[in-house]
Amino acid sequence: MSITDTAPVAATRDERGRPVKKRREGANVWLSLLAWVVGILFVLPVVWMVLTSFHSEANAAQNPPAVLAPLTLEGYREFFSGGASPWPPLLNSLTASIISTLFVLLLSFPAAYALSIKPVKKWTDVLFFFLSTKMLPVVAGLLPLYLFAQNTGLLDNIWLLIVFYTAMNLPIAVWMMRSFLSEVPVEMLEAAAMDGANLTKTLRSVIAPVVMPGIAATALICFIFSWNELLFARVLTATVAETAPVFLTSFVTSQGLFLAQLCAAAFVVSLPVLVAGFAAQDKLVQGLSLGSVK
Amino acid sequence: MTSVAEQTGTPAGTVEPPRGGARRASAWIRRAPLMPALIFMIVVTQLPFVATLVISFMDWNAYYPDEVGFAGVDNFRRVFTDVNMRDAVWTTILLTVGVVLISLLLGLGIALLLDRKFRGRGAVRTMMIAPFLVVPVAAALLWKHALYNPEYGLFNGALTRIWGLFGSDNPPQPDWISTMPLWAVIFALVWQWTPFMMLILLAGLQGRPLDVIEAARIDGANTWQIFRSMTLPHLRQYLELGALLGSIYIVQNFDAVFTITSGGLGTANLPYTIYQIFYQAHDYGRASAAAVVVVAGTIIIATFALRTVSSLFREDPGR
Repeated sequence: MSITDTAPVAATRDERGRPVKKRREGANVWLSLLAWVVGILFVLPVVWMVLTSFHSEANAAQNPPAVLAPLTLEGYREFFSGGASPWPPLLNSLTASIISTLFVLLLSFPAAYALSIKPVKKWTDVLFFFLSTKMLPVVAGLLPLYLFAQNTGLLDNIWLLIVFYTAMNLPIAVWMMRSFLSEVPVEMLEAAAMDGANLTKTLRSVIAPVVMPGIAATALICFIFSWNELLFARVLTATVAETAPVFLTSFVTSQGLFLAQLCAAAFVVSLPVLVAGFAAQDKLVQGLSLGSVK
Repeated sequence: MTSVAEQTGTPAGTVEPPRGGARRASAWIRRAPLMPALIFMIVVTQLPFVATLVISFMDWNAYYPDEVGFAGVDNFRRVFTDVNMRDAVWTTILLTVGVVLISLLLGLGIALLLDRKFRGRGAVRTMMIAPFLVVPVAAALLWKHALYNPEYGLFNGALTRIWGLFGSDNPPQPDWISTMPLWAVIFALVWQWTPFMMLILLAGLQGRPLDVIEAARIDGANTWQIFRSMTLPHLRQYLELGALLGSIYIVQNFDAVFTITSGGLGTANLPYTIYQIFYQAHDYGRASAAAVVVVAGTIIIATFALRTVSSLFREDPGR
């Protein structure tokens, strides 16, 4: 495999002279080309989704594919006003994702503070307890939550989803926040304490500047995970609190000419995540690795 | 689940002596900020599990509301003798190992490709991330209908086009999902998870001590030797992290199985099977017993996994 040639381009400083360097440069061109090909292959389905969403249904269903077919908004028109309106599910998703993210931040910041800045005893046990809840299969808690919701009349209620999404993301957020808070230099905290700064002042002038990017990364990840969630939304909601992914499942068994509309729907529902994710590419890594990769 | 945390053997030197003024603060003031999150998690994630445990010993089917009662270990006996459940365990293992392994290897290769300076590197990175940012249900729908479909999917469309180039009007048009259902699900998931692995590994690569590698090169080490004995050991913890996080999410995958095959053709994994027992068969007792078995299995695996994480974070003991 070509892996072997991918070490950093230290070769330019190689003392062995020109031939080595030349061969290396030649290999590098091919590797760059390979990188481009792989990148294009990975993005291709997304590009295809967007392109098809702007084709007419007849063109979308052609074989071989009608790549250069005329563009139209037919698919989007059909998606937004054809059958059931997608707006309530989209708004539900937005509500559930934003409010649960806020709850997660409110709960995780103090918890992370108590696990890093002023740690409780056995703080690692607490930290691993949080992570272990993430490994608990969600299906295991599904039934009791469903029965609880049924008995309390909370089925099809967006607030139930919000509570669940908060619990779903809290462990990740605690881990990330702890990692960001532990970056606050001890000397700065000590200096602030020496100056007699109270908690509010320390938080605002010492801790906030360091962890703000981290909080943004946490919020981004929590938003994406809530927005994407399907299983609980499907079981716990019906017509009123239905979220966007649940709305999308109506396409699972579709028949006939619907591909352009499906692609339009998939693109619209993915758009918030695509925008947020591309806007914060660097933070994505930090977030996904629970803050362990800087 | 608390037991998992306790068993994991906490990283060395967990609690350093409190510093400065903190010594005087009572333990409860320290604990206070932690409590809301901790109590919330226990109530929302642990209590339902206790309920699941209780229901797993009950005879309870929503279709027969008059026959609710104590069932002893009947549900568990049915779970262990159920062929579907055994198949689901297998499917879950194959699906998880397949997706994690393939996306980790691909991610490693691509991370190495991207860990070099070349024209358009940022653009390629952005293109690579895109699959991960498509909502999972949308991605699964895209693969099922726009790519795999035997009549108008892109794959068969491309085959038609390529065969057409050579003057053939009889291209192969396989029905991807029917002929290789599990692989169809695995490929769709690999597409989504490779960017995740790539991002973590790329971050790992960029944290390599370059001067040491430079020195090794001057000493005559070739690229493969450098990769084997320097890059790979350095990447080990990132590979472990990627594998662990990927497994956590893919073991629980529901979206792709539900969307692409609806659990048919031998692709029903554990989450999907339990969902079916509960949501379609309404057999609450059996669904709970299955859930308890899955959780028991998870705890065993998670204990090892958490040990891995704790070794990962040993270098970062906090304060």
